Amino acid sequence: MTEFLYMGGYGGYVWSAYGLCLLVLLANVIAARLRNHNARREVKKYTGREQ
Amino acid sequence: MRAQRRNRLFMVIFILIGIGIATALTLNAFRQNILFFFTPTQVVAGEAPSGHPFRIGGLVAVDSVERAAGSLKVHFDVTDTVNSVSVTYEGILPDLFKEGQGIVTKGILDGKGVFVASEVLAKHDENYMPPEAEHALRAAQTLQNNSDK
Amino acid sequence: MWTWAHKFGSPGYFYALAGKVNPWLTALYIALFATGLYLGLVVAPTDYQQGDSYRIIFVHVPSAWMSMFVYVVMAVFAAIGLIWRLKLTAVLAKASAPLGASFTFLALATGSIWGKPMWGTWWVWDARLTSELILLFLYLGFMALQAAMPDRQTAWRAGAILLLVGVVNIPIIHFSVDWWYTLHQPATITKLGAPSIHPSMLVPLLIMAVAFKVFYLSLLLSRARAEILHRERRTRWVQELARSGQL
Repeated sequence: MTEFLYMGGYGGYVWSAYGLCLLVLLANVIAARLRNHNARREVKKYTGREQ
Repeated sequence: MRAQRRNRLFMVIFILIGIGIATALTLNAFRQNILFFFTPTQVVAGEAPSGHPFRIGGLVAVDSVERAAGSLKVHFDVTDTVNSVSVTYEGILPDLFKEGQGIVTKGILDGKGVFVASEVLAKHDENYMPPEAEHALRAAQTLQNNSDK
Repeated sequence: MWTWAHKFGSPGYFYALAGKVNPWLTALYIALFATGLYLGLVVAPTDYQQGDSYRIIFVHVPSAWMSMFVYVVMAVFAAIGLIWRLKLTAVLAKASAPLGASFTFLALATGSIWGKPMWGTWWVWDARLTSELILLFLYLGFMALQAAMPDRQTAWRAGAILLLVGVVNIPIIHFSVDWWYTLHQPATITKLGAPSIHPSMLVPLLIMAVAFKVFYLSLLLSRARAEILHRERRTRWVQELARSGQL
């Protein structure tokens, strides 16, 4: 396991690259969910007004 | 309505063609100017700028690397297999630096034709394979070279 | 053909279809990422020249491919939008932009992290790196344009023209390594002849590339759905959905 994390001495570089990818892709997922959530709330505001 | 659509289509095509031509012309003009580095042959022929820094790209000549004991000073030749330029450098070399490796080095020519480098970067090729495959490949090449003789 | 295009291009139909497809896409990209990461990080052998540092390739190259792919997709939407005025094109292009910008950022950042140990530098101004940086600015420029102009129609038309103009950068990025001397290596896979990468490394790379593509498709649909709801919030079909509790 330590050997796997060590990556032949390049662990710091490899894991920071993968970590950064995870961070950016996850941020995109969360942003998309948030947008849908807000859009639904916005729609329901109008529904309430019409009734 | 239909004619209007067709006009818009022509407009878009027209814009694209215009941009294409403009870019082709710009690229052509730039062709000689965006050289990231010079080859040793160009340097030997005096095509490289003298008096201010530029880059040389080539291979580290085999059996040319001399490291000074107790310091980071290193001396080696960079070659394009036709001509070579000798280089001195003091600093940390990239992990890939070794004899036969492609490198790009930035620096300035001193009066005696020695390139005083301030930066040495390694340029690797586009091949990816496990070490065993590389050994097998090299063995096969040697075999073929021998049989050619 | 036209009836199909108009049906698919109608926001209500697209919203429903995207909602149905998306859970499957999500499951698919999670499975692909898991497989690709396992094969790339655990199974694939060490490289003869670059050791284990080369494993950054499995995120760097897919990001870089996607950075160009998403841009071309947006440019196609721009052309369709300018000529035929399909409403959906603006929505899809706008939803793609932050995704494309993310991939471009990742390509630049992971390349930089890879460049430090192998080349010996985080950054050089060679043709490949510079043209990829220009791509990031194109994405950010398009997004800024959409945010800054008050009228949505004008903003989209200006953005679409920017997208079409910027498309010339794509072949420049791709061929930069052949046209000029660069520090960046030439193409390994998208070149004439066989890819110069061992199959044990090629397979995880291609799986990761498909994973990135499905990820983009899934997030594109998700963002587009949110944008459609926002734009059509006062229309009857959206209010109908809200009243029947299907939102």
